Amino acid sequence: MVLSTGVVLSTGTITITEERVVPLRSSEDVVRLRQVVREQAVALKFSLVDQTKVVTAASELARNTVIYGKGGDAHVSLLLNGGKHGLRLRFVDQGPGIADVELAMKDGYTSGGGLGLGLGGAKRLSDDIKIVTGPAGTSISITKWKPF
Amino acid sequence: MAQTDSQGLAKILIEQEQQLVAEWMANLMSTSSSAAGDVRLADQCTHLLRSLRQAVLTGQTRNIQGGEWAEVRQLLTEICYTRARQGATPRETAIFVFALKQALFSRLRESVADPALLAAQTLLVSNVLDELGLFTIEVYQKGREEVIARQQQEMLELSTPVVQLWDDILALPLIGTLDSARTQVVMESLLQKIVETGASIAIVDITGVPTVDTLVAQHLLKTVAAARLMGADCIISGIRPQIAQTIVHLGVDLEDVVTKATLADAFAVALRKSGAAITRAATAR
Repeated sequence: MVLSTGVVLSTGTITITEERVVPLRSSEDVVRLRQVVREQAVALKFSLVDQTKVVTAASELARNTVIYGKGGDAHVSLLLNGGKHGLRLRFVDQGPGIADVELAMKDGYTSGGGLGLGLGGAKRLSDDIKIVTGPAGTSISITKWKPF
Repeated sequence: MAQTDSQGLAKILIEQEQQLVAEWMANLMSTSSSAAGDVRLADQCTHLLRSLRQAVLTGQTRNIQGGEWAEVRQLLTEICYTRARQGATPRETAIFVFALKQALFSRLRESVADPALLAAQTLLVSNVLDELGLFTIEVYQKGREEVIARQQQEMLELSTPVVQLWDDILALPLIGTLDSARTQVVMESLLQKIVETGASIAIVDITGVPTVDTLVAQHLLKTVAAARLMGADCIISGIRPQIAQTIVHLGVDLEDVVTKATLADAFAVALRKSGAAITRAATAR
């Protein structure tokens, strides 16, 4: 199942200038990923609000990977599209997959014990989100572009 | 064969103890700066050599985890712990054992004429001392892990002070990451303090929390609900602009909770609620 939403802020070819992989196995790894993402957002000179947004979105999705995906990896990529800089975070796991993506995106729905706002929140905090899920695993990627 | 090899080795360990200790120490002095300063070095070397001799005499040279090697392991553990505490690197710790290997090799070369026997004994010494060297690394690592575990425990306790600001006003300044283990401690210490002081207002300050995601929000809401059940109202303060925007995007509902931007604002609200007020003294200026 594939779900892709979001405003395409820019067209043209996107090149990945740098990629880092952060393993996600435990909640300590979520903290480490947050630090990595914050570092990258600061390096790209994101505004404080955008830094906080992308770090929070990373935190939500990373925790989902650890809890529901039974662990996986986060790929942190720096993007360049023309003169525009962006940050893409891709979360990959080999877990059981998301049974119903539409339902999972709905606010207040959770199959665990959380608030049920993580996935929808991550979507609202980033510019676009792409979810590919199946019984062999899930890949969720979000992108945040620097406005100018 | 293995029995006679170890008998031969034990013989060298007994007869040439003096030379071995001297050579071993000389090797240590030249390779490890931290060993050079240790006044008990000669003592440690002699002790270890003697217990090594006892273990070798039993003929159990294949497995150093057995009961025959308990004394050697005990001695090595003590030495490694002292070294690790003094800030020695794992390399320096392991060299303590490997320096003996060089000394033993040169003793063997001088004492054993038969090439086949020399090869067999060299192999034996090599195997045993490699095992002991690896053992020191393991012990060193374990010592480090204990230090890390203790520091985590200390951080857990350090980071959750509940302070009393006024008669019935408590403040809980949160700092760092709110993972579930810490939140549990935070919640317990706040509820405990509410019982002790009979406070009616608790201010939870999140200025020092870098990321507020849904898990942190959920922990905060649970803390507020629990405090409310005990008869205390909660105010959440330290909500910075970027955190406010993020919470809105996440869709977290904090409408039932009184929130303020700064601890000072929250304190003013709390004072008003409890009927107290702060005024400037008339004689000021």
